Parts: sequence; structure tokens; C-alpha cells
Amino acid sequence: MTAVNDKATPQITEFVAFYSGGQSFSIEISQVREIRRWGPFTSVPHSPTGVLGVMNLRGSVIPIYDLAARLGLAPTPENPRNVIVVVMYGDQTLGLLVESVSEIMSVSNDSIQITPEMRAESGQTPIAGLINTDGGLTQIVDLASIIRARGTAAA
Amino acid sequence: MSTLNSIRDTFFEECEDLMADLADGLAKMQSGSADPETVNAVFRAVHSVKGGAGAFSLTELVAFSHQFETVLDELRSDRLKLQPELMFTLLRSADHLTVLIEAARDGVDVDAVVTQNSAAALRIWLKPSSDAADAPASASESFSFAAVTLDFGAFDQLNDTPNEPELKHYEIAFQPTATLFSNGHEPALLFGELSRLGTVSSTIDLGELPAWEEFDTTVPFMKWTLKLASTAEIDQVRAVFEFVDGLCKLNIVVAPMPVDQEALQFEASLPPAPAPLPMRQAVAEPIAPVPEKPSPAVKAASVSPQISDQHGPKPTLRVELDRVDRLINAVGELIINQAMIAQRVNEMPVTTDSEVVTYVEDYRLLARDIQEAVMAIRAQPVKPLFQRMSRIVREAADATGKSAQLLAFGEEIEVDKTVIERLADPLTHMIRNAVDHGLESPEDRIKAGKEACGTIRLSAAHRSGRVIISIKDDGAGLNRPKILKIAKDKGLIPQDADLVEADIDSLLFQPGFSTAQKVSNLSGRGVGLDVVRTAVTALGGRVAINSVPGQGTEFTISLPLTLAVMDGMVVSVRGQTMIAPISSIVETIRPALSEVHSVGPSSKYLSILGEFIPIIDVAASLGIAPNTSPSDPPLLLLVESENQSQCALIVDEVHDQRQVVIKGLEHNYRSVQGVSAATVLGNGQIALILDLDAIAFQRSAPEAPAEASPLTKGA
Amino acid sequence: MTIKVLAIDDSRTIRSLVRKVMEDAGFHCVCAEDGVEGVNRFAEESPDIVITDINMPNMDGFGVINTIRGGTTNRMVPILVLTTESADHLKARAREAGATGWIVKPFDDETIVSLVRRVTGARG
Repeated sequence: MTAVNDKATPQITEFVAFYSGGQSFSIEISQVREIRRWGPFTSVPHSPTGVLGVMNLRGSVIPIYDLAARLGLAPTPENPRNVIVVVMYGDQTLGLLVESVSEIMSVSNDSIQITPEMRAESGQTPIAGLINTDGGLTQIVDLASIIRARGTAAA
Repeated sequence: MSTLNSIRDTFFEECEDLMADLADGLAKMQSGSADPETVNAVFRAVHSVKGGAGAFSLTELVAFSHQFETVLDELRSDRLKLQPELMFTLLRSADHLTVLIEAARDGVDVDAVVTQNSAAALRIWLKPSSDAADAPASASESFSFAAVTLDFGAFDQLNDTPNEPELKHYEIAFQPTATLFSNGHEPALLFGELSRLGTVSSTIDLGELPAWEEFDTTVPFMKWTLKLASTAEIDQVRAVFEFVDGLCKLNIVVAPMPVDQEALQFEASLPPAPAPLPMRQAVAEPIAPVPEKPSPAVKAASVSPQISDQHGPKPTLRVELDRVDRLINAVGELIINQAMIAQRVNEMPVTTDSEVVTYVEDYRLLARDIQEAVMAIRAQPVKPLFQRMSRIVREAADATGKSAQLLAFGEEIEVDKTVIERLADPLTHMIRNAVDHGLESPEDRIKAGKEACGTIRLSAAHRSGRVIISIKDDGAGLNRPKILKIAKDKGLIPQDADLVEADIDSLLFQPGFSTAQKVSNLSGRGVGLDVVRTAVTALGGRVAINSVPGQGTEFTISLPLTLAVMDGMVVSVRGQTMIAPISSIVETIRPALSEVHSVGPSSKYLSILGEFIPIIDVAASLGIAPNTSPSDPPLLLLVESENQSQCALIVDEVHDQRQVVIKGLEHNYRSVQGVSAATVLGNGQIALILDLDAIAFQRSAPEAPAEASPLTKGA
Repeated sequence: MTIKVLAIDDSRTIRSLVRKVMEDAGFHCVCAEDGVEGVNRFAEESPDIVITDINMPNMDGFGVINTIRGGTTNRMVPILVLTTESADHLKARAREAGATGWIVKPFDDETIVSLVRRVTGARG
């Protein structure tokens, strides 16, 4: 666990950071419900790119998105060490298949960088911000665009 | 305040019941099967709405229900005769009352002009005299009604008002009758109340007390003289005696002189609010007759059960829906858990004769019992839903200048609450459709030798574990040539298509199909029957049409009794386990190769008894790689639509039949074509539940290979 | 001693309101949904005061008053009639039937509480 700040009275937010498609991404911890080991899922007809299918989460049917594929990266290769980050978006629950979870970070809000193209409304761009870490940077995932983008509107 | 909010919720819940009672009663009145109690019940329903509305200062609702109630009061006291025009007004008023209640609940405004017109329609039925006397009719009515609340405010106001006015001295002569006591009054309490206005002194004159044996309860026998020094006005003093008016001799005068010293001293010895005098005992006991042996408790118990048995509804318990849903979820998990255990037990090598098998079977039966009992909690009669539809018929008839009546049957049939809720919109649409498109104009009907007033029959019935809801009009029937032409014009089907009647009828459910040539008020919203079909399918239901030219059209909706479970057949499609709803399956067949005929490059037909039935590969229609070994005779599920047209679906394997718990896909994901929902199998895996109707009968875009490669779509 | 109120009204809303107001004022309140249940509850509970609606199914408010006043136990209990009517003829009829007083709906909390105190002699 790496604390990132020592500045005066900044607001601290916690993020879960993980690897997907060889890059580091993160999601605010309040959106993360749990992290599960990879398990079998059921494929669903007419799925858009990056939607692997559905799985059973304690009686609920939740869709599994391959985060890398949704972001236009190479699809995550099948590997029993992959994990599923279960997240909540509104009242929707869904799973993001990622390669591994790296850490939980406390980040002060002033160390989050937002590039001009990220200033678009939620749902427009898949990355909502960048965080500097010890070893480089991690990209904050905008769940709305992960769910909506790329053909999910197809009936 | 949350308690008040919850009572407000109670009020609107109660209003739903009251409006149902109202609709019920009005329907009886309309059909002529009303008895005097019916009119009373109708009156009470409106009266209760008014009472509750008043409590929440819903002035419009109060004003309108008051007007409504006044007319009903005239009716129940026989000052007004029921006649068709009045019946019409009453039905309209009930409709408007519903509108006002819903508006009040949702905090939206209702066009005041509409309310005024509705109130005016009611007012016509009131004689001018009664109108003026006790039915305040204008918009100011609510205010005069509300003002009544201040009746007793005087006492409280007084305590708060600073005492600038001058001190007055009242002399009050008070002589109660026996009735005053028997009505539950107590002079001491009256004096106590009086003492809140100022300082009171009293003298009692027992001189008139009769001899014991001459005791006559009708004759006053005791009197008080009270002196009150107060800043209160005389009306406030009188108000203290309001309840005993007529039960006592009372004389209140403003004394010209200050209260004398003697009286003030007396006052000092009298507590401001005197403790109850022994008077009540002394007087009460002689009045009471010798107690009869059967106590009132016994008497009441012996009399009332007959009454309550006759009228009392079954006792009920109101429970928050959340709690029921939690229970249903838990039972759903229980069923899955049972299936998992059963599967493990079956996989154990040595269990064939074991007791465990028996226990597992018992467990299965128990789980099913619990589940059925829990589902029954959510079941509700379709009656309120049907009642709303008669309002829709009236509105639709008005808007189209037609004359129509709704006859409802099977109102007592119970369906899952959610099914009822989600059925409201499609049913409304179909009812409007029946009036708008189904029924002819009154002139045309008369020409055709029918009654000018069209009839829509709305019925519910149980049929083989499902609920069948039928909407049947006695109109002109579907105009099939016109439907065919429109479908061709819109490119829904090829120009040279030659369809059988059932297929023509199904065109109505195609997206984008609408037969309305002129856009009427009702159907100009771009909403077609395809929306109805989608809504019904989402409920696990199916819609069918049956139409006879000149005689009318019937839409039949077949629905599951519950949304939570269904009987399914477990099948394999390309190695994936899926569930096919048993309700659509006629049989499973493995035909001889000679019975399968190829037509064109990709179509196949099955011949059964000289009929050719289209064969559809489930895998292909779901976009899964199709079967690569076409030489094998396929395993087929013969399915039948509600229109009796049949279709054979290719699957790879058929396993067993079982009850499955339905889990929606929409909540966390979205709806998927060809799939109605999902379920959790015994091994914890998810299996998709197939929408067989969609797979089998969505053939409008004849072959759509683009659909078959979803992974390239939208990327 | 806590005052026990019996509220009889076929409207769930009004019952809830009366109960809330009574309980807020520190009274104990039992309810009945029609006249028949009302007189049964009356016999079981021996309330210190009865508040009853007039228009009810099975037995109306006048029936309740007649039954209580015509009984042998606690027959002189104060009975307040709840009415939306302000018409004098109804008040007169209620009084004739033996009602102690009346409460005009819609009522406000203080009015009804002060009335109950007034006719039961409860302090407050």
C-alpha cells in the first residue's frame, strides 16, 4: 500500500489499481464491490465486443466485461490467475475481467490529472483521469463509458 | 415528519382500495344490480377520500369529493333518481376523482378548468335550494369547508392571545338534564373548561333534588350558578357549552357589576380545574338500570359474529413489498441449493437405494411447497387493473366519437403483482386500439346490423398453469388486404409475398407497423403493437390474434402465473446448456432423414402428416457457429406459437425438465434477442432461457446472416 | 393513569392519524374499522373515551353510540363523533343519539387533543 501525498489538507480518495492489457488502471474504491477469482461464465448471444458473458454472483446475473478489449486493447488472454473486479455503477452490478489487482492507493485529489480530452462528460471517454504513482501512472476508468461505449446500444 | 408521511402513503394506498370499491359500486349501479347498500358503499368511498384528503389539506380533492359526495347523498336518500345521464356523470366523476388523487399523490397540478367542469357536471344534479343550503359549490367551497376546523380553536387561541381586552363578568345559570350525564358529560369538566377562560366561582343549589322514589331522569333536579371573570367574549363562553346545548337549561349574562368579594373568596378555595365531583357517581348509579345478566361483552360477542361473518373480509396483513421480495429471493436460492444438492447426490456412485435419495426428494417437494406459498403472497386479483380499463374505454370512445362499453370477466383471477403492474401499459394500449381500430363508427355498426354501442370483452382465465387475458371487440375484424398492402408498402415483406392469414395478422406486431391512416388522438404516438408484444414477452408471455371479418378481433395474452419460476426443458446448443420454456414446446422429435427437406440454399422443412414445418437452427439464430454435420438427422423441438403456427427448432441434446428460477438479464446488462432471461443451474453456472417465439417466429427479415456474427458488430 | 382512547373509523388514513395524534399526546389508542368491531373492542377494552366516525359499513356511528349508551358497562363514557359534516342537523342528531361531542374533520392535532382532555378531564 502506497500513500501518495503529504501536502496540506488535500482530500484523499482511495483507488483500487489493477493491470489490464499490460497497463495500469484504477477505479475509485467506493465503486468496487469485491474482487473475485476468475471462474467460468456463460456466453450470451449478440454480445458487443469485450462482453464475455454472464456469471452468477450469489444469485444475481452479472455481465463480465473484458476491460482491455473494451478499451480497444488486445483481449485479455485466458489465465486462471485473472481476476474479476466486481463494480457497481448506479444500481447495475458488473464484473471487469483484469489480469491482476496491484494495490489500493490513497490519492489526494490534487494529484489527479485531467487532460483536456478527459474533460468531456462522463460516458464520453473511457479514462477519467491520470494518477502519478511511484512507478509511473495509472488511468482512472470511467465506468459509464465502459458500459455504454462500442455497440452496447445494439438491440 | 416521517410518521405523517407514512400516513400520507397509507392514505393514497387506501384511496386505491376506495376507488376500486367506487368502481365496483358504480358498475353494479350501471348494470342495475345495485341495492341500497351499494349506493351507501359508493357514498362512503367518496366520503373517506374526502376525509383523508382534508387531513392533508388537499383542497382540490376535498372540494371535488365534497361535490361528488353531495350528489351521492341525494341519491342514497332518494331525493335523486338514478338515470342514464346521472350514471354517466357519476362514472366521469369517479374518473376525475382518480385523476385528482393521482395528481395529489404525485404532487402535480390538474387543469383547474377540467375540475371546474367536472364539478359543474355534478352540480347540475343538485336542486338550486340544496345547492345554496349545504352544498357550497364554487371554488370557495374548500375554504368554507376548511374554516370549520376552527370550531374549537377558540379555546386554544385564547390561551395564546395576550389579554388586552377588558375583563368581563359573566353570570351563568346551568341546570343539566339527566341526558347530559348519559351523554357522557360531566359538569365538573365543563367548569374546568370554563376556568380556562378566567376565574370561576360556583354555587350549587340542591334544593330541587327530588325524593329518591320520585326520581325522574327527564326532569332537571340540580342547578349551578357560576360566576366567571374573563376577558373572553360571550361566544367563547357559549362555546364551552356547545356540546351540552339542549341538554341543560343555560343562561349566560354579562353581569353589570364586578364579581363580589364573597365570590372571589369562594373561588380561592376552589381549584381552577376542579377534581371530579362525586356528583357523577351519585347521579349515575340510580339512572343505570339494574345490570342485566348477560354483560355487553357477552351480548356483543353473541350478536356480532353473525354480522361480521356476513360482511367481514378475510383478515389480511399488509407487508412491505421489500420483505416479500427478500423472502422470494431467499426461496429462489433455496431452490437452486436444492438442485445443487440433488445433482451432487445423483453423481454419487452408491446412492441409488440410499435413504439420502428419499430425503433429497422430500427436500425438493418441501422447497416447492414453500416456493408456491411464497409466490401466492405476491398474487393479486386482476380486478383493479380491469377496472381501470373501463375508464380507458370511455376516454377512447370519447376521443374517437364512438360508443363503447367494456364487459369484464374473471376479475377474481390472481396474477403476480409485478405482472399486473407491467401489464397495465400494454393492456391500456390494446384496449385503446380495440376502440380506435377495432370498433366501427356507430353509423357503420347500425348499417352492419349491430348495436350502435360496441362491446369490448376483457376476460381473464386460468389455462394449463398460465393466465390467459383476452381482449375481444365486436368490431369489423382485421382488414387483411390492407394490412398486407401496408406491410408491402413499408417493405416489411417482399412485394410478392403470399402469406397465410395467421402470418398476415402477425404483421401487426412488426416494429414500425401502424394501420392508422389518419393520425388520431389515440394512436398517433408511434407506438405500435410491437411495443405490446415486447412488453408481454418481457413478462414471459405471448400475444396472439384471432379475427373474423365482420365479427371482431380477439387479442389473447398468455402469461405465466409468476415471474419468478418456470418449467423448463434443459437442452444443449453447441455445448452450451440452455433452458427452453415447456409452455411453448409441443414435443421433441428426432425425425428420419427422409422427413427433412432442403429448400433453397439454406432453408429446411420438416414434413409431418403432409404438412411442411420450417426448421430453424437455434445456434444459428443466436449467432453461435452452426452445426457442421448436416448429415445427421437433427434433434428437433416442435414449438407452437399462440397462433397455432408450428416451427421445429434444432438443438443438440435434450436433458431433463425442471423448474428454474428466472433471473432477468436487463437489470445488470440488457435484453438480448432470442433470450428471455437466465437461470442458475445446480452447478452454480448460468443458463440462458430461450425466447422460443422470438427464435421461431421472427422471420420477417427472412435470413439475416449479419446477425450471426455479433463479435464483429459495433467494434 | 393513561387515558385509553378507542378510535372507530373505516378509513385507514383517519385511524392512523387519530392514533398518531393520540399517541403523541401520551394517550393509549386502540382502533376498530367498523361499528361492529368498535362495540366489540369497547367491551374488551373499556376505553376512557370513544372517537367514532359516522359513515361506516356494518354498523354506523349512531349504531355505536346507541349500543354503548344502551349497554350496562361504562355506558356513560364520553363519545366524540368524527364528522366531515358541519351541518347542524348532524350535530343535533349525534347529540340526540347520545354523543358527548363532535370533531369536525379535517381536525388539527391540538383541537382533537384538547377536546379529548376536555371531555375526559385528563390533565395536560
